[in-house]
Amino acid sequence: MALIEFDRVSKIFAHSGGAKLLRSHLLDRFKRQKRDIFYALQDVSFRLDQGESMAVIGRNGAGKSTLLGLAAGLCKPSEGSVAVRGRVAALLELGSGFHSDLTGLENVRLNASLLGLSRKRTAEALESIIDFSEIRDFIHDPVRTYSSGMIMRLGFSVAVHVDPDILIIDEVLGVGDQRFQAKCFDRIRQFKQAGKTLLFVSHGGDTVRQLCDRAIWLDHGKMLLAGTPAQVLEAYAGPAG
Amino acid sequence: MGARATLGGGGEPNPFDGCVTIVGSPFNTPMWNGDYGFLLSNLIQKDFKVRYRNMSLGVLWSLLNPLVTMAALTFVFTKIFPSHRPQFPVFVLCGLVPFNFFTLAWSSGTGSLIDNAALMKRVPIPREIVPIAAVLGNCAHLSIQIGLLLAFTLGFGNGINWHWIWLPVVWGLEIVFVCGLALITSAINVFVRDTRYVVESINTILFWLVPIFYSFDDIPQRYHVVYRFNPVAALVLALRSILLDSTAPRMVLLLQLASSSLFMLVLGLFVFRRLKERFYDYL
Repeated sequence: MALIEFDRVSKIFAHSGGAKLLRSHLLDRFKRQKRDIFYALQDVSFRLDQGESMAVIGRNGAGKSTLLGLAAGLCKPSEGSVAVRGRVAALLELGSGFHSDLTGLENVRLNASLLGLSRKRTAEALESIIDFSEIRDFIHDPVRTYSSGMIMRLGFSVAVHVDPDILIIDEVLGVGDQRFQAKCFDRIRQFKQAGKTLLFVSHGGDTVRQLCDRAIWLDHGKMLLAGTPAQVLEAYAGPAG
Repeated sequence: MGARATLGGGGEPNPFDGCVTIVGSPFNTPMWNGDYGFLLSNLIQKDFKVRYRNMSLGVLWSLLNPLVTMAALTFVFTKIFPSHRPQFPVFVLCGLVPFNFFTLAWSSGTGSLIDNAALMKRVPIPREIVPIAAVLGNCAHLSIQIGLLLAFTLGFGNGINWHWIWLPVVWGLEIVFVCGLALITSAINVFVRDTRYVVESINTILFWLVPIFYSFDDIPQRYHVVYRFNPVAALVLALRSILLDSTAPRMVLLLQLASSSLFMLVLGLFVFRRLKERFYDYL
């Protein structure tokens, strides 16, 4: 069964990021300017079955984050359809939803509730989350005193405890030391063995080869290639030098 | 041309035409079937902690602000323009406390979606919860001020009477009203960022249009209608009749307060639902 299915999906954004001030709204009304818009994604189709893991590879601005945003249900496609079945935990960017003035512990609770964990499940998982992050000594300090590696550890620890059907990871694993990265990969592997689905964004490299069954290459919103990680990485490495 | 197109002409792609099929999600909230109560309480605690942790006096500020304003108004209206109203400090606080809560809650609710833009672009939480949490985050502040108001009421020799059971009702209705209003203005604020400043200006004008330092009886008959359907004014009147006159608020007043509050909440939810699908593109 397909857990994520993109059917001829396009997403259009305005260059201005949407008119934001009263002035520009009024100008639009009176002058009927043609707003310059662009395709962040154009005609992308794929399906991801249960237990599969797929990497999305491409340069900055290729539409990777837009694709993840659509899969996570944050926005609607402009054309085509997106179908998602199951519970999604999105680990998008470093410590999404962390507030720098709150302590690590307070942020864990906040982040867990944002990702959809119940009060009871959070209380049960709290110890295990802190253990996994290995920053117990700093858990009562405000997050603004944390290094980016520590924030990543905490964010990742919460996300893997959500027990999602689909885990979405947006190139966050680059931060953190080798040993913690290895621990994260282990966790992702366990996650795959449990029959969960993984959508993984990366600039490429060994991570994709190790973790993913398939890969797609996005460039300027278009899907240039879909295939095995080896094929796609090789083609991607070619023009990129 | 390729990846470019223009918006607005017939037959051209509309950014919001596509469809998302999400299996098994209530409230149109894609893929988020978490714990609403837990999320709401965490968001409220976040607002509260962030606000007070960076103040050395903490909660004391909540007391200081209305006390200073009350003292200034009492000075002006007993020494400069004597109003001869008994218990003027309590009289003014009955106006100030609801007004302070209204303006603070409304403006923090209005800016809430933009302030939490990072969150909105990353987690598929039900969007409504963000402005509502911002409004409710002011309730700790409010309850401290209500405590101050009640302390002053008793301190001036007014007793506790049975009509005090109306207090939670009228305060509850005020909160409902602000939630509805904040849902509308926060959503509009995403598309038109000036909305925040419009709200600030309205709040400034409101100080004069809510009977804070004057009473409803001072208002000429022909302007009464302006005040009748203003829930902040209605709350002030209800508070004064309960706390100062020891009488139950008039039924008509309560009904007006209740109907305008509920109407605002329903309207707010409706407007918000219409606009929220496009938030991501504009945040």
